[in-house]
Amino acid sequence: MKKKYTFLIYTENHIGLLNRISIIFTRHKVNVETLNTSSCVHEGLHSFVITIISTLEQAKHLAKCIEKQVEVAKVFLYREDQIISQCLALYKIAVDSKDTLRRIKSLVDTWNVRIFEQEEEFVVLEKTGTQANLEMFLKNNLRDFDVREFIQSARIIVTKPMGKLQDVLARRDEAEERE
Amino acid sequence: MRYNNISGAEAITLALIAENVDIVFGYPGGANLPIYDSFYNHGEKISHILLRHEQGAVHAAEGYAEASGKVGVCMATSGPGATNLLTGIADAMLDSVPIVCITGQVNSEDLGYDAFQETDVVGFSMPVTKWNYQITTADEIAETIAKAFYIARSGRPGPVLLDITKNAQLSIIKEFEYHQCTKIANYHPKWKPIVDKIDTAAALLNNAERPFMVVGHGALISKCRDEVRTLAEKLNIPVGCTLKGLTAFSSDSPLFAGMVGLHGNYAANMMTNECDVLLAVGMRFADRVTGNVKKYAPKAKIIHIDIDFAELNKVKRAYVPINADAKSALKLINERITPKENPKWVEKIAFYRQTELEKIINHDLDPNAEELRMGRVVDAVSSRLPMGAVCVTDVGQNQMAAARYFRHTVSDCLITSGGLGTMGFALPAAIGAANAIQGCNIVAFMGDGGFQMTMEELGAIMQYRLPIKVIILNNKYLGMIRQLQDLYYKGHDYFKELQNPDFVKIAAAYDIPARRVTTQSELNQAVEDMLTTPGPFLIEAQVEKNTNIYPVIKTGGSAGDQVFELPKNQE
Repeated sequence: MKKKYTFLIYTENHIGLLNRISIIFTRHKVNVETLNTSSCVHEGLHSFVITIISTLEQAKHLAKCIEKQVEVAKVFLYREDQIISQCLALYKIAVDSKDTLRRIKSLVDTWNVRIFEQEEEFVVLEKTGTQANLEMFLKNNLRDFDVREFIQSARIIVTKPMGKLQDVLARRDEAEERE
Repeated sequence: MRYNNISGAEAITLALIAENVDIVFGYPGGANLPIYDSFYNHGEKISHILLRHEQGAVHAAEGYAEASGKVGVCMATSGPGATNLLTGIADAMLDSVPIVCITGQVNSEDLGYDAFQETDVVGFSMPVTKWNYQITTADEIAETIAKAFYIARSGRPGPVLLDITKNAQLSIIKEFEYHQCTKIANYHPKWKPIVDKIDTAAALLNNAERPFMVVGHGALISKCRDEVRTLAEKLNIPVGCTLKGLTAFSSDSPLFAGMVGLHGNYAANMMTNECDVLLAVGMRFADRVTGNVKKYAPKAKIIHIDIDFAELNKVKRAYVPINADAKSALKLINERITPKENPKWVEKIAFYRQTELEKIINHDLDPNAEELRMGRVVDAVSSRLPMGAVCVTDVGQNQMAAARYFRHTVSDCLITSGGLGTMGFALPAAIGAANAIQGCNIVAFMGDGGFQMTMEELGAIMQYRLPIKVIILNNKYLGMIRQLQDLYYKGHDYFKELQNPDFVKIAAAYDIPARRVTTQSELNQAVEDMLTTPGPFLIEAQVEKNTNIYPVIKTGGSAGDQVFELPKNQE
């Protein structure tokens, strides 16, 4: 059965590594739903967060294919219930009257959004939430407004398991057979 | 090793020498000329074999690597030179062959602006390389080349591509120091076997009633031929080999059940189907081995040893997956094994072999047949060769005939394109092998189709007087395609018949002695002439046109569904 799985990938920060990882998904004809790259708390490492919809078996296989890459330090695979995720969205709304502005401001109090930027002709709202929440907000709450732009960030996650990456890497170093 | 004020190109050459590279297969062009110019000054330490096409250069590097156990090196220029390498790189990736490919590239400031012969070789070689990197400054050369060689040869070997811009080749390095790489931070090529898993594997084998071992190319890479033999003999385990693993177990042994897979031997396939414990050593359950994977080894608990953790449970779920170098794992298993006789099970090898002999082998090797058959030609050559000959094959019916009928007695004596199945592989790969091993017979079997894909490499054989014995099994067809059309496409005669040139005249044009044979007596005489003639030799054996390779696993079937003949137009 296909479900949403998230890869947390710790890598070195090298040119081309994104391509090397993304072609693994392409080769298996798996669509990347969201992708985020950033620095992380572990010195010298960089993190990729990639979400796909797939079977567990395929997701495990993909994780191994990624972990095989020379510059990849470790890959963790998570189900939805094992992560806490958040996205950020920006909504650019045209303002043509004081009434529009008043209606926009009323959303701020009710829907946990903030006015990120206000200009004469438009207002930019910022909202955090799950991917679904952010899209629902656009569809349901902003449908009567003139929304000119909508952009949503990739998912960023923290994981629920409390294991330390350093411990995992140390155990792996011990398990290595040296020449 | 330290040098001051040397060019990037000179640094590349010195790095190759430091990695014990004494030969490079290549083709020069504008973007790699500085490196060639540097070779000019180091001719006593590093030689260069000029192939006639970059695909030839990369296959030669593969052949060299497989025959020598060292890293093969090939070189090409940017643009078309680089794109021409791709087939060979993909071939090396699938067959775990350690090669380092060096491509020249336009100046770094021109990258991405469509300069003459610029192409994104790093981008398009990514899916088929173990690692690749573009060097744009001379300062990166030492560390990157050291890393490239370490990655290519360690763990599961594979191809590495280094793309080096021309300005990096030409700029001056103030201080050049070279150290071989022995460790990369996040790269862990080899794991210690987990003792619990070894214990479980040994217990399974000790208690097995019908154990069977399938040995793949990984066993040869791991150099664990002795450990395989010890285990097989201690427990009386019949052994089957994959195509690429064929020389990991002596074909002379009474425990040798033959080659597994699509056109493998009947005993090896039947015993795969019947065994209760299957020990898979350095093999990856390729579809040509398993057929329908759901039906593969249905009664067996599988122990799978592989150095690449991504291979474990990839195709076939293992009861005991062991992520380790095969040699280390087998050594530990052997310490835990209690010797055991198993005559009833072992006798099945002879029984199944006799069946195959009567149904297939006697026919294929019949010296009195009206026309020559591929198997007969391979056997006639193999039986006259001294021990230690190297057999190189192309792809197609010729490959199966050579795999089935060549006497594989010495480790690493079969060089063939397994995973990618690259027609045109044999001739340039034989050139690589001939440069790796001196004083040894190198015999290359190929079909008339595959020969014509890379026959320009006769030029390199001529130029360097390489003692390669070329056997063209000429059925005037793309034989395997004809077989498939015959069996599965209603015999539609489409795009398979070849109007061939005169191969003997072509050989003569390259100053290579050659014979055309059509009968058994001509074949015997030609083989004698070939083996007594120093240097290269070519035999064109005109063989039966319409022979199919049998046995074969039925479409949709697995090892237990191997048949000696298929009705036409059936699946």
